[in-house]
Amino acid sequence: MSRQRRSSQPGPGAGARGARGVRRSPFGIGPQPVPAAGQPAPAATLVLDALGKKCPIPIIMLADKIGEVPVGQIVEVLADDPAAKTDLPAWCALKSQEFVGAAPLPAGWSFLVRRSY
Amino acid sequence: MAYFDAASAEPLHPSGREALLAALDDGWADPARLHREGRRAQLLLEQAREAIAAEIGCRPDELSFTGSGTQAVHLAVLGAVQARQSAARGPGHLVASAVEHSSVLNAADWLARRTGTAVTLTGVDHLGRADVAEFGIALQRERTLLACLQSANHEVGTLQPAAEAAAACQAAGVPLLVDVAASAGRLPVPDGWSLLTASARKWGGPAGVGLLAVRKGTRWREPFPADDRENRRVPGFPNVPAVLAAAASLKAMGRERPGTDAALRALVGRIRSEVPRTVPDAVVHGDPDDRLPHIVTFSCLYVDGEALVTELDQAGFSVSSGSACVADTRQPSHVLAAMGALTHGNVRVSLPRDVSAASVNEFLEVLPPIVAKVRDTVRAASTAASQVPATPQPPEGVTA
Repeated sequence: MSRQRRSSQPGPGAGARGARGVRRSPFGIGPQPVPAAGQPAPAATLVLDALGKKCPIPIIMLADKIGEVPVGQIVEVLADDPAAKTDLPAWCALKSQEFVGAAPLPAGWSFLVRRSY
Repeated sequence: MAYFDAASAEPLHPSGREALLAALDDGWADPARLHREGRRAQLLLEQAREAIAAEIGCRPDELSFTGSGTQAVHLAVLGAVQARQSAARGPGHLVASAVEHSSVLNAADWLARRTGTAVTLTGVDHLGRADVAEFGIALQRERTLLACLQSANHEVGTLQPAAEAAAACQAAGVPLLVDVAASAGRLPVPDGWSLLTASARKWGGPAGVGLLAVRKGTRWREPFPADDRENRRVPGFPNVPAVLAAAASLKAMGRERPGTDAALRALVGRIRSEVPRTVPDAVVHGDPDDRLPHIVTFSCLYVDGEALVTELDQAGFSVSSGSACVADTRQPSHVLAAMGALTHGNVRVSLPRDVSAASVNEFLEVLPPIVAKVRDTVRAASTAASQVPATPQPPEGVTA
């Protein structure tokens, strides 16, 4: 996953605008931390490709594999199911893992999760 | 075996059924006509209007009957905003909480696209309760023509801060639409509304009856071709027998409330405490106390909501789900998303008035093994999917 692509993404709230111009719900979890423009995004130790997979598969893949990276390291999940946008941060909150940020891909999103324990 | 989807439609109350059957014989004529049959239908319609107006706390002439709760919301939103829009002063601004019923959000979206109205959706906390401070700030925007806040959330049951929102709207001079669809017949109607909407099938009335109430002095203009029915607010001739049944059911629900409220509250409380105890990785949503008596929603990690609803149906329990795979739009519930809550593996249980404690106990018994079974199936599918390239599989029972 190229670092350049992620670092050029817009800031928090970029995904909060609905397709039809109405501002959609702000997801209730506050602005998601996204690496500031110009700063390199944290590098992922493991990339999980869940593109084309429906929820809860991306979450199951993350739960299965997060133990494979050392504590403090980052797993990147690529997913395009609309539910992933809510469910990845919600899973992190439930499991006390750190949700680092999300960035749009041409189709879907890249989610960064840091293993906290 | 039990029906646990009262929040979509409460089974017709016996009082409503009785009224419906009687009114089919007496109230079938056009109530706008001057002949005997028309006058009789008109008399019945006005009796129903008075009864419902008394239950919701408005004057009979403020209340109109619509064909559904959704139609009532569309008329309320479009009529209130369009009455205050003008070519000279622009399309204005509308405020709604992010967890309103989809009919409110769709009407706002329609105004945004057709008339250029700016729409602000304000946030909620993790329980689904509207942030009154954010709502109040949004009202301050110039040319705010309407604010919308439901009395209680239809998916998670959390009560909304109706009194505070009404005070903020009054201070800002903005009319407030309160959609009481989730709470009507279950809780008293909050004060301070300018427009009010509801749906009879949620309180044990028949399908096809909605309420639209417009307070005296609130500006409202018919958004669709004018018609002289229902105080010129709703096109077409009202379904008099269904309206009478709706009135009878609402009165009966009010009468029975002292008994049913406590019973439903206790059963929902039991589901709220048991599910996280007996189902690993399950989370219950919404306010544990300040909530509707009959609704509870929870999500189970690593489960597909559609499979869960299907398995529960096979076990004899009818529930609904806000998971994307169950929604018409394939989008996860906007309510759960706004709360930052888990949207997959979601189940909404909403208990009807005559629910038995035994059926709730039975549900709590079958749920843990069903979740475990669906988890195993989903996990097997996900392991297979990640290990072998996806190839079309023949349908069950067909030899490849």
